[in-house]
Amino acid sequence: MSTDVATTTLGIDHRKLGMWTFLGSEFLFFGAFVSAYLLYLDTTAGGPGVEIFDIPFTSISSFVLLMSSLTMVLAHHAHTKGDMRRMRMWILATAGQGAVFLGGQVFEFNVFFREGLELSTSPFASSFYVLTGFHGLHVFVGILLLSSLYVLSLTGKIKPNQDVKTEMIGLYWHFVDIIWVVIFTVVYLIPEIAVIG
Amino acid sequence: MSSTTTERKGYSGRPRKLDGFTGWLTTTDHKKIGIMYFLTVLVFFALGGFESGFIRWQLAQAEQSVLTEEIYNQFFTMHGITMVFLVVMPLSAAFFNYLIPLMIGARDVAFPRLNAFSYWAYLFGGLFLYSSFALGGAPNGSWVGYAPLSTDAVSNMAFYAVGINILGVSSLAAAVNFIVTILNMRAPGMTFMRMPVFIWMALVTNFLLLFALPIIAVALFMLNIDAVFGGQFFEPATGGDPVLYQHLFWLFGHPEVYIMILPAMGIISEILPVNARKPLFGYAAVVFAGAAIGFIGFGVWAHHMFTSAIGPVARSAFALSTMFIAVPTGIKIFNWVFTMWGGKLRFNTPMLFSIGFVSMFTIGGLSGVTHAIVPHNAQQHDTYYVVAHFHYVLFGGALFGLIAGIYFWFPKVTGKMMSEKLGKLHFWTWLLGFNLTFGPMHLSGLLGQPRRTAVLPGELGATVELYNLLSSLGFVVLFGSALVFLYNLITSVKRGEAAGDDPWDARTLEWITPSPTPYENFHVIPTVTHRDEFWHRKYAEDEAGRAIPVPAGASEDHDAAADHDEHIHMPDPSYWPLVQTLGFFPFGYGLVFGNFWLIGVGLAWLVIGLYGWIIEPVAEGDDDDPEDHTPTSGARATATAH
Repeated sequence: MSTDVATTTLGIDHRKLGMWTFLGSEFLFFGAFVSAYLLYLDTTAGGPGVEIFDIPFTSISSFVLLMSSLTMVLAHHAHTKGDMRRMRMWILATAGQGAVFLGGQVFEFNVFFREGLELSTSPFASSFYVLTGFHGLHVFVGILLLSSLYVLSLTGKIKPNQDVKTEMIGLYWHFVDIIWVVIFTVVYLIPEIAVIG
Repeated sequence: MSSTTTERKGYSGRPRKLDGFTGWLTTTDHKKIGIMYFLTVLVFFALGGFESGFIRWQLAQAEQSVLTEEIYNQFFTMHGITMVFLVVMPLSAAFFNYLIPLMIGARDVAFPRLNAFSYWAYLFGGLFLYSSFALGGAPNGSWVGYAPLSTDAVSNMAFYAVGINILGVSSLAAAVNFIVTILNMRAPGMTFMRMPVFIWMALVTNFLLLFALPIIAVALFMLNIDAVFGGQFFEPATGGDPVLYQHLFWLFGHPEVYIMILPAMGIISEILPVNARKPLFGYAAVVFAGAAIGFIGFGVWAHHMFTSAIGPVARSAFALSTMFIAVPTGIKIFNWVFTMWGGKLRFNTPMLFSIGFVSMFTIGGLSGVTHAIVPHNAQQHDTYYVVAHFHYVLFGGALFGLIAGIYFWFPKVTGKMMSEKLGKLHFWTWLLGFNLTFGPMHLSGLLGQPRRTAVLPGELGATVELYNLLSSLGFVVLFGSALVFLYNLITSVKRGEAAGDDPWDARTLEWITPSPTPYENFHVIPTVTHRDEFWHRKYAEDEAGRAIPVPAGASEDHDAAADHDEHIHMPDPSYWPLVQTLGFFPFGYGLVFGNFWLIGVGLAWLVIGLYGWIIEPVAEGDDDDPEDHTPTSGARATATAH
């Protein structure tokens, strides 16, 4: 049987293949929101536009989020070694960095809101808040997944040989980071440079 | 042999019963879920048919007002939503559920609980949509939900935005599930080019779902936020662009057309060879044409928008791509015709419906090509000509193919045959009623009758009125025909002739197992050496190429000793998919009425349901737990995930 298996499966664990498939779908989800944002870049209806962004601040929170991908890799690496103590440590670090990023987003939204950028101000405002808000929701779900991983590894539901579970959450987490790289570049950096430059 | 009696351990109990009411509520068996999809579809089909009956009653004569405009608008909108999202798509899902594991030689899908989740989300999404009738009126802005009408509270389209999104979650989960199942769980020897065409079409359809659903989700979220939470996406007053909605909708909506038709194409690609007693003509061409339709299907959406502001360049480009997509479709039609050519045809009911599919779909396809021509399209836009066209492809096409599938696989599901006599009566009245209803709409549309109009204007003249009367008479014929079908279904389940394992002398793996299909599908997973595996086990060829029967039991899988050695690992039943999906109700109503408390309750419910799902114990330990399970390279790849 084992000789035929190669031709009738992809040789990837079901759950991992399922996660890859789902993430393929997620790319189009964010792609559609990014397109709408680009369409409405200048449609500010007299309200604030891209000049409102604070690039240094968002750069820092972006950096934190990107570094969380590193700790995620380290967590998975520790899990493949069966080192659950270290794995839990890196998982906490990853979730913590995600929380810092999310806190930054909440702060940023508050600042923009006080400066007059509300959801209902303009199509620009709607597309900005909904796009970055959905990304924030994904980060939040990621934090939920990571903390569940932490707790379940303590109770013994997730065992040292089940590194595929950490790997799957890692796939999701890296996806959320990659999408942020796109959002930060397309939503914040390029329009801001275009306005100033 | 079955592992369901294994002792369970862990944090909370897990249902054990496989039969009875609890057995159905907690099932993770792909066959039961497929049957539940089918039965639910019958109910929604009756509701959608009921709505269309009122539409035809209202339009039977000019200047009639059986219904108020308000109710008429709700009925035609709900008719469209019901038939697309609650009938054709889930009926295809019923076939996917029942047949994919059987046809690829597997014991279940990759994620059995996720499969149950998909079903419950579909059922509750449908109930949620229909609950709108009692909660301030059903959506009345048509199934396309064009902004800015749909963002206005008067159209009740928030229910549409949220309801379709719940159904989208259901379909997305199913798409992930089926893609992984087909890619990863085929029986030994079943390479891609040995897969039945139905499996190929299922794979393409589920990839289309995977990439089209997120786009409609975005459009619907925007619509939801505009309608309830003050978003400005499609608000022209602040510079919002309603055409953006049209782009997003049709970027989903056109692949959706193929999502509805490809499963039916797969079904008749199985039925025609069996009843022509020949292999499918040009297997590879049919498969590649299906994949090509999947790709080009994403590049033709703007032909729905030729009368919107998209500019002449876009119109020309989309006119061309629309004509291109007729090519792979034409390839398929020729392959089906050549499959029948020179075959020993048997005209049983599944075959009749399949031939009905090919001919009716061709008519719909030809009127579709006329839409590709921009000036022609502008002339017929929003007339009954368009209504005629898409009913010929979706009713004459998809539904005929799916009904053919019901007659064809009914013996496998129930172990009984459906009555041929009633089946033929059903077919001929169905064909007559269908053409009587939708044929005249071509003409009334070209004469200028607009669609989505509650009252047939008298000024269109007596000819248009006659065509409308014919259409309404056609509905009466269809209604009677549907009753014949229902009667046939019920009486055949009760006292149909015993079918035996292989009543059609068929070609694919599902006919190897007994009818009705046993719980574990196959006692021994078959090893595949040919395309049309089962046929090659039954027949060899003589020098002249004629089929010679092979004595039964010659196959290596019939080794009796092996039956007792193989450990059969089946998924456990679970409460959690049902419990979790109930959370869509508070969540959905919260989104419709802008109530953040309800949204919070719904979200918490969904998350808690997910945790119950994660921590519930499994019968045989985790997939990766060496204490309960010794993974080998092969077993690990084919083990069923919990």
